[in-house]
Amino acid sequence: MKYADYIEMKIPARPEFVGITRLTLSGIASRMGFTYDTIEDLKIATSEAITNAVQHAYKGEDGEVLIGFSLHEDHLEVVVSDNGNSFNFHETKEALGPYKENSIEFLREGGLGLYLIETLMDEVKVHQNEGITLFMTKYLEGEQVERDAETVST
Amino acid sequence: MNITIDVQEQAQQTTINLAGEIDAYTAPKLRETAFPYTEKQGADIVIDLSGVTYMDSTGLGVFVGLFKSLNANNGTLKLTGLSDRLKRLFDITGLADIMNINSGSEGGV
Repeated sequence: MKYADYIEMKIPARPEFVGITRLTLSGIASRMGFTYDTIEDLKIATSEAITNAVQHAYKGEDGEVLIGFSLHEDHLEVVVSDNGNSFNFHETKEALGPYKENSIEFLREGGLGLYLIETLMDEVKVHQNEGITLFMTKYLEGEQVERDAETVST
Repeated sequence: MNITIDVQEQAQQTTINLAGEIDAYTAPKLRETAFPYTEKQGADIVIDLSGVTYMDSTGLGVFVGLFKSLNANNGTLKLTGLSDRLKRLFDITGLADIMNINSGSEGGV
C-alpha cells in the first residue's frame, strides 16, 4: 500500500484556534483541486469536529486537539482526535474495524454539528479509545481530478 | 477570523448587521450582544448576514436561541442577505422551513 502525504497540526483545545485550522485546510484542499463549494463544506465539517472536541471532550479544561490531513490522489481524509496526544495514524486507522451507523450515537450531544459532518462528507468513521477520533473523507469528483492533472502536467 | 456586530435600534425595528465569521469563537459574542434585544415584548429584529463569510452549527445554534426567545416574547426574527452557502446550511438542517429567511441574491424583502 502506498502511503499518502500526511500533514498534521496540533492546536490548544480553545475556540479561538478553530479558525486557524480552516485556513490550513483551505490551502490543502485548494491545492488538491477541490471546488470552492466543496472546500466550504470541508471547512464546516472540520470545524464541527474540532468544536465538538473543544466543547465536549475538554469542557473548558486545558487540552489539545490533533488534526491530520491525509492527501490521496482522489480523496482527502481529515482526522480530528481529541485525546490531545499524538498517535500513529496508520495504526489507529487499522484498529478501526467496520464501524456501523450506531457508533456515532455516543456523539449525539453535538447533534446538529455531527449531522452536518455526516451530510457534508462522503465517509465518516468514529474511533474511541482514550478520546474520540473522527475520520472524515471527501472525494475529488472525476472532472476535478482531470482538471488538476492537466494543471500539473503543463 | 472575527465578527463585527453592528446594532441599529429604531422605534419599531432593530437591525443587526453581521460581518465576518460565525464559529465556536465568535458565536458566544453574537449571542451575548443580540440576546437582550430579543427579550423585549414584541421586538421586531432583522439580522443582515450579507457580510458573513463563514458560518457553522454554532451560528445556527445562536439563531435558533434568538428565534426561540423572540417567539416566547411575541417578537419576530427575520434573517436577510444570506449567501447561497448560508442558505444551503439552513436548507439542509431544515431551519429554512421554520425560520423567516431571505437570500441576498433573490432581492427579497
